[in-house]
Amino acid sequence: MTKSKQLSSRFYEISEKEKGQILILLKGKIDIKNSAYLLKELTPAIKGNALSSLVIDLGKVDYLDDFGALVLLETKRLVAEQKGKFSIVNVKDNIKGILSLVNFESNEYFMPLKKYTRPNILVHLGESAIQNTDNIRFFISFLGSVILSFIHVCLHPKDLRIDDTITYMKKTGVDALPIVALISFLLGLVMAFTSSLQLQQFGANIYVASLVSIAMVSELGPIMTAIVVAGRSGSAFAAEIGTMKISEEIDALFTMGFNTTIFLAVPRIIACIIVVPILTLFSDLFAISGGLMVGVFMLDLSTTSYINQTMETLTLFEVMWGLGKSFVFAALIAWIGCLRGFQTRGGADSVGNAATSAVVSSIFLIILFDSIFAVLRSYW
Amino acid sequence: MKKQAIIKVKNLTAQYGDDVILDNISFDVFEGEILVVLGSSGCGKSTLLRHMIGLDKPFLGNIIIDGENITSSDGLYYNVLKKIGVLFQSSALFGSMTLSENIALPIKEYSDLSKSSIINLVRMKLCMVNLQGYEDYLPSKISGGMKKRAGLARALALNPKILFLDEPTAGLDPVSSAEIDELILLINKSIGTTMVIVTHALDSILNVAQRIIMLDKTTKSIIAEGDPRYLKDHSKNVSVRQFFNRKAKIRI
Repeated sequence: MTKSKQLSSRFYEISEKEKGQILILLKGKIDIKNSAYLLKELTPAIKGNALSSLVIDLGKVDYLDDFGALVLLETKRLVAEQKGKFSIVNVKDNIKGILSLVNFESNEYFMPLKKYTRPNILVHLGESAIQNTDNIRFFISFLGSVILSFIHVCLHPKDLRIDDTITYMKKTGVDALPIVALISFLLGLVMAFTSSLQLQQFGANIYVASLVSIAMVSELGPIMTAIVVAGRSGSAFAAEIGTMKISEEIDALFTMGFNTTIFLAVPRIIACIIVVPILTLFSDLFAISGGLMVGVFMLDLSTTSYINQTMETLTLFEVMWGLGKSFVFAALIAWIGCLRGFQTRGGADSVGNAATSAVVSSIFLIILFDSIFAVLRSYW
Repeated sequence: MKKQAIIKVKNLTAQYGDDVILDNISFDVFEGEILVVLGSSGCGKSTLLRHMIGLDKPFLGNIIIDGENITSSDGLYYNVLKKIGVLFQSSALFGSMTLSENIALPIKEYSDLSKSSIINLVRMKLCMVNLQGYEDYLPSKISGGMKKRAGLARALALNPKILFLDEPTAGLDPVSSAEIDELILLINKSIGTTMVIVTHALDSILNVAQRIIMLDKTTKSIIAEGDPRYLKDHSKNVSVRQFFNRKAKIRI
């Protein structure tokens, strides 16, 4: 094929002088607006031919930025793939500046990127084993540090940050009351309604009161409250401490000689173990009043008989058992929240992970400890 | 030939609540120039910048970028966003992405280049800021100066007409600062990007600025405008000379 081929548009002219020798004349302004178009147009023209040389004439280019340099680079690569010669002619000074800025002559662009090599499965296994060991070690050392700090605070009550503790009591307790009350009320309502469907058949409506009060006070009250607190405050503790950790605030506390556990964890844990049992008590009350609604308005029970039945069913032991559980749950939630916060490393995403993992771990621990309590009780 | 104004700030009054930060200021930024906005701490430099990039709406007045009034309607504002790039003070690199992903993000969104071309373009951008070989690094693994340069590469990803830089050399060592200054000059010269820089680093001002605007905290307006090298010795205003010559205010 000796006849010269011509392809052209507003931005380029391609001509083939002799077989395998292509001249591309680029024109005008080559930047972000037309670089993708140019690449799409030029690629087939170069790829289709058995190239021996390609010359790019930049004489009519007024402006070229790094997007333009990319066009040149990609063409250069295509030519190199076909083992042809590549050259650029009539380069103006300002374009020379750009090309040297992006180090156009460097061969590095044709080397594959230094890929991050994935370690093999054994390395992975080893890494996660080490990480888990570290986690467990931290888990235990943090537990120890919390216990030591508690002992310290008991011996030196002045070291407890009272103001912080009160703030967290408000945040964890008072602010959570509306949602805990609403959820418990509705839960009591639902339980009374569902159980009445069965109990009505035996004319045993009055036992709805017993069922709601026993179930709520010994089981569901503590668990529901703990789950709400884990979602609201456990995650908040983790995110707060996590953010402090990644913005070096915890390091600042450390260098000022503060014990970070006493400063950050202890007030939160104390606040939790004080307010969560109280919240649980409220939860019990609201659930019973939910049941009362159903009893009075749907089951034709009188308020007095419902309350009497409730009082007869509930023993002090039952109430204390529920509160004791919620005390343990509270400690778990606050402890795991602070733990996840202190474990945070890295950037914004790790704070998110800490908050998520605080909620998930605390819900798991709540259920686990509830099962342990159930087993304990059966051997009581 | 007089250069064309690419940004026009007209009678801008900025206030947060009842606090007036800038009181009725007007100036132009010309195409291709490097303008430095300076002034003592708390004089409203950053506020001015936030208004110019549209993050805050002015209380009164207009800002026109390349013929489009960014203060009037929100629809047009998106056209303007493609023309500007911003280097934030803390670099604002996305911590969960590698450097190349950070830079590729706007390119993928706004251009039709193929994946392999984008990879090469990103390598070029990183090469421009002297960070070749760091494609796969996370921002948390590199130094402050490198973060600034990577942030600059990301701000330049789409080769915007105008680049806003908020304290580009703050917190950097002298060598890194000089490198950033050199980069700013180089990019301005080779790509022709208009630069608006907010800073109070004196040596960097004298190095890069073609023109300065000095804001004052008490009058809440511009107290000096012009060539810093001239103003340094010849400004009629004492506080301008004090600023350029690093003199403390005399207590009476």
